[in-house]
Amino acid sequence: MSTPYAKLPGWVEYGLIPLINLAVAFLVAGLVVLLVGENPLEAAYHLINGAFGRGEYIGFTLYYATTFIFTGLAVAVAFHAGLFNIGGEGQAYVGGIGVALACLWLDQTMPWYVVFPLAILGSVFFGALWAFLPGWLQAKRGSHIVITTIMFNFIASSLMVYLLTRVLKPLGSMAPQTRTFAEGGQLPKLDWLLSAFGLDVGTAPFNISFLLALAAAFGVWVLIWRTRLGYEMRTMGHSPSAARYAGIRESRITVITMMISGGLAGMMALNPIMGEQFRMQLDFVQGAGFVGIAVALMGRSHPGGIIPAAILFGVLYQGGAEIAFEMPSISRDMIVIIQGLVILFAGALENMFRPAITRAFAMRGQRAAAVVQTKGA
Amino acid sequence: MDFFHVLVVLLESTIRVSVPLVFAALAGLFTERAGVFDIGLEGKMLGAAFAAGAAAAVTQSVWVGLLAAVLISVLLSLVHGYASITQRGNQIVSGVAINFIVAGSTVILGEAWFRQGGRTPALAEGARFQTINFPDADMIREVPLLGPIYADLLSGHFLLTYLAFAMVPISWWILYRTRFGLRLRAVGENPGAVDTAGISVIWLRYRAVICCGILCGFAGAYLSLAMTAGFVKGMTAGKGYIALAALIFAKWRPANVMFACLLFGFLDALSIRLQGTPLPVVGQVPVQLMQALPYILTVILLAGFIGKAIPPKAGGVPYVKER
Repeated sequence: MSTPYAKLPGWVEYGLIPLINLAVAFLVAGLVVLLVGENPLEAAYHLINGAFGRGEYIGFTLYYATTFIFTGLAVAVAFHAGLFNIGGEGQAYVGGIGVALACLWLDQTMPWYVVFPLAILGSVFFGALWAFLPGWLQAKRGSHIVITTIMFNFIASSLMVYLLTRVLKPLGSMAPQTRTFAEGGQLPKLDWLLSAFGLDVGTAPFNISFLLALAAAFGVWVLIWRTRLGYEMRTMGHSPSAARYAGIRESRITVITMMISGGLAGMMALNPIMGEQFRMQLDFVQGAGFVGIAVALMGRSHPGGIIPAAILFGVLYQGGAEIAFEMPSISRDMIVIIQGLVILFAGALENMFRPAITRAFAMRGQRAAAVVQTKGA
Repeated sequence: MDFFHVLVVLLESTIRVSVPLVFAALAGLFTERAGVFDIGLEGKMLGAAFAAGAAAAVTQSVWVGLLAAVLISVLLSLVHGYASITQRGNQIVSGVAINFIVAGSTVILGEAWFRQGGRTPALAEGARFQTINFPDADMIREVPLLGPIYADLLSGHFLLTYLAFAMVPISWWILYRTRFGLRLRAVGENPGAVDTAGISVIWLRYRAVICCGILCGFAGAYLSLAMTAGFVKGMTAGKGYIALAALIFAKWRPANVMFACLLFGFLDALSIRLQGTPLPVVGQVPVQLMQALPYILTVILLAGFIGKAIPPKAGGVPYVKER
């Protein structure tokens, strides 16, 4: 899209530049803390302590990270095919229907390991369905994916309010939510994983869907870099015209990519519904679909980058809660600002510091070359 | 007569809820026609509403509030412009980022400055817009048919309401009858040609982005200085996205923008009105369906089932001058 910049070494491209962008985002966030009249260093201390200070905190951090791995992967898969799926929020929301239906149907008669696979299938099915329509509309009718997915987020939200207030709500209850699931609809915690490191998970809802998220990340890596479909997706993302000349069927790839993306977003619903609340509530997604955009941008759309980026946002969410608790003048909305700043600097302004860094490396390269020359002479 | 009365009330609230949509959609019209997509309308409107509420509460002046709204909104527009014009970043990503930054900042700053749970203090009479009553509105109201139309529909709105509807022909005139407008539209279709003619693509796009900022500022000020007395957190509640939908629905044309906004406003007013009352023929319509209708209509339009929405050709693509 923009002018090509000189090639930089891998560690600069995937390590240094994202790190600088992240640092700038945090500096600006620090300014906001100053503007509120608080000490940014103190906030930073509470952030780190709140995310890692205790086994329980780490459990919460990883619980949030699980959610963000799913939504981050969802955005990343679409990115590779040059599609900007901004509808992760709606897809995850609708994906919840699949989880809730599986749980409501079988939770009282079956153990969790029977319900879980069905819930996974359900979440993938509904998430993919909600992404299929925008994908199909883009492929066949040429409507822009960004706009349709935004619209679908709102339609999903209305649909879910309708379902939760009229259809899925148990009789005689006022709250817009399903009934609480019996044991079969509750995922086991991963306390053994943390206790292996001598940590106590406590009340943190860190559950088995974390392992599913890691598996999904591996699956995405295999799909994108080790399969023919992934190759075709990347080709289309790089150059649609080249893909067309190579005989890749654009519309087919668009629809399939969007369905995979939506399925991944839908799987996010397993974590809060089966792993924490044991019921489907209004707004259980809580913006995780949008966090996925920041995670995918930070992680350069590679599973190896998405997992640490998701953990970083897990730290923000858990540590941010601690900041809000310790420093009453800063509410949890601070996370939303930081998130926006990360999206701005790591996404839209990612090339801001690149010319300077490229120049610095070019100069170093010249100097190194000069040294070699003088030694040679 | 009863039906007529209901209709008048319905149309009156349609006008009231359409005003921010008209401003925001016209704002989007300017940038998108210049080739800069903007899904940050929501954020700009929210930032402007907060600035207006905060400034008016502190200074007790509605005009300072309006000025602050426009200022903040233009600043946010310039951030978007810098990211997407100068740095050639992804316009969608930049818009999303602005929405987030504003959503968080308005709550944090509002709480820090006013300590009322993210609200700004309720504004006294001098610090907010007052409705303008046309001469003899009360006397003429008794006249059948024309009376209520004159007294309730035309009279009794805020200054910004009249400005919003005046902006529709003004925008049309600027875009279609001035040199600036011609160039602005050209830069959204074929920036290369504009560049060849020796006109700065960058400067033109920046001016379009500033126009967008000013109009979003009015939209935000209307929310916190006219519609309600003060800022409430998250008060735009998706209006920016509805405006975006209206803009697409209007196929990027000024007069259509107004009608699309009125249509979406009407659906909104109707959904409030119809809550719990069954309709003839179809029976009870879920409120949620009415609320989702603007989005559903936009998707159907985009799919080309009711006409075709063709966006400006160079929209979303940063311009790279050849070297």
